[in-house]
Amino acid sequence: MFEIFGIPSQALFGQLLLGLINGSFYALLSLGLAVIFGMLNIINFAHGAQYMMGAFAAYLLLQHAGIGYWEALVIAPIVVGATGILVERLFLMHLRKLDPLYGLLLTFGLAIVIEGVFRNSYGSSGLPYQVPESLQGGHNLGFMFLPNYRAWVIVLSLAVCLATWFAIERTRLGSYLRAATENPVLVRAFGINVPRMVTLTYGFGVGLAALAGVMAAPIYNVSPQMGSDLIIVVFAVVVIGGMGSIMGAILTGFTLGIVEGLTKVFFPEASSTVIFVIMAIVLLIRPAGFFGRTA
Amino acid sequence: MESVLDPPVLARRRDTARSLGVAFAVTVALLIVAPFVIYPIFLMKALCFALFACAFNLLIGYVGLVSFGHAMFFGWASYLTAHAAKVWGLPPELAILIGTATAAVLGLVAGGLAIRRQGIYFAMITLALAQMMFFFALQAKFTGGEDGIQGVPRGRLFGLFDLNGEMTMYLFILVVVVAGLLLIYRIINSPFGEVLTAIRENEQRAISLGYNVERYKLVAFVLSATLAGLAGSLKALVFQLASLTDVHWTMSGDVLLMTLLGGLGTVFGPVVGAFLVVAMQSYLAPFGQWVLVIQGAIFVVCVLAFRRGIVGELAHALRVRL
Repeated sequence: MFEIFGIPSQALFGQLLLGLINGSFYALLSLGLAVIFGMLNIINFAHGAQYMMGAFAAYLLLQHAGIGYWEALVIAPIVVGATGILVERLFLMHLRKLDPLYGLLLTFGLAIVIEGVFRNSYGSSGLPYQVPESLQGGHNLGFMFLPNYRAWVIVLSLAVCLATWFAIERTRLGSYLRAATENPVLVRAFGINVPRMVTLTYGFGVGLAALAGVMAAPIYNVSPQMGSDLIIVVFAVVVIGGMGSIMGAILTGFTLGIVEGLTKVFFPEASSTVIFVIMAIVLLIRPAGFFGRTA
Repeated sequence: MESVLDPPVLARRRDTARSLGVAFAVTVALLIVAPFVIYPIFLMKALCFALFACAFNLLIGYVGLVSFGHAMFFGWASYLTAHAAKVWGLPPELAILIGTATAAVLGLVAGGLAIRRQGIYFAMITLALAQMMFFFALQAKFTGGEDGIQGVPRGRLFGLFDLNGEMTMYLFILVVVVAGLLLIYRIINSPFGEVLTAIRENEQRAISLGYNVERYKLVAFVLSATLAGLAGSLKALVFQLASLTDVHWTMSGDVLLMTLLGGLGTVFGPVVGAFLVVAMQSYLAPFGQWVLVIQGAIFVVCVLAFRRGIVGELAHALRVRL
């Protein structure tokens, strides 16, 4: 045991780890928001609700079908992503020519509906979800205790983020996507089915949110309101980072998670508000955000 | 191009003024009779929310700025009024003044930050700032945390009128809310209001015409926040309660729904929307969380098929301004 700035290392690194975990979720969710925003030009307010649906999907698969964590990690994003595709085809498609604010309003309404339905069915209290057996326990690193599951969440989140970045910035499919973001009409003229790409992009973004939900299930309880509080913080993260860049969303997410964790150590009262305060400061000194394109 | 003095324009203006005047007179007459038929506390609640929604509409309907954070003005004004009346023992008029002033200051700070970005960013910033103020309310000692501030005394207005009488309270609320609505009507029909509309229609153009757009947006934001605060202060006295519900983001969603349902950018829409939503929340209360689901569904329907709102559609059908 040793101390840093008068704080026992155990506490410091513990909070830092927690910060990294939160950061993983901020990164995954703001990444999804950025991907959707890039293609559909709307802010997906239902993102938090879809994250919650992911966690519930994992819970329900286990309760009713005995399907465990590892399968849920694949099944839940696909199922929830499919509902996202449905939402895009049924609702969002019709808003394409309108002010992007209508997309925000519609997804806000959807988020309320989804949260309300889950509250009616499962109440407001959290439901427990066990850490999968193979990831139980942890390692003593000397300066701190590292639970295996938490390490896994950070690694998986980083991997998914980087893979998404690679897919969008470095592959042919990604180049179509970026081109369609810039000029959908021209890309259509080249024979690429842009509306289908838009739909799939939304489904993919929603799937990312659901994946984050499955990963969160064993850490936080599974509860209907788990998404709505988180999504507001993620909005602040998105304002700080700006939605112009995929890598920007990832970096900002992890960084702010760590900053929040550190605040918990040194100034616990401010830990729930620190990200909003940072947002206010960033707006004062760099209104476009760190990675934003100036509007 | 039509000059303002062209006869058709003048005639249209007179028509508009007449249709609005008639609608206004009918509404006020109904509201004076209403407490003999309908439960006064319900009417007072609806009136407070009508003012709240109209204040909100000033921003969304006339400047085109969508705030997702108006709960912070409503809720914090409500807290300060409750605290001033209960702990400091101030008379209701001063308590309301303090609450409203709090909202004005908050509006200045939040508005100053939020107008630095446009469109959806503006919405996200206001939401995030409101969430921050929610956490402050949760942590501050004087707000009473989960319990809120209960048993707020209504007191005697100007030392003369005992507001504990239900009818006295109702008339007081009615007078203040109608005054607030008239003020909003005056603002949107002033040269200042015309500039706001110009900014909504074409911000770049307004800038090129030499208007200091940021200044106009900020003033509109502060006005909207202040009047939302007035509504929150009144609400604290009506229910003798200020609580976390008032600062929660769902409150921002409620006021957005009222305005959207009634009709964005219409004079009477938010009033109608407020009455409908408050009625729905009261009468559907036994259904618990399903109220939320219904509200969300109304949002979806409004956005997809009904973007003018009830009053907007009506005005469109009758070809008048309402």
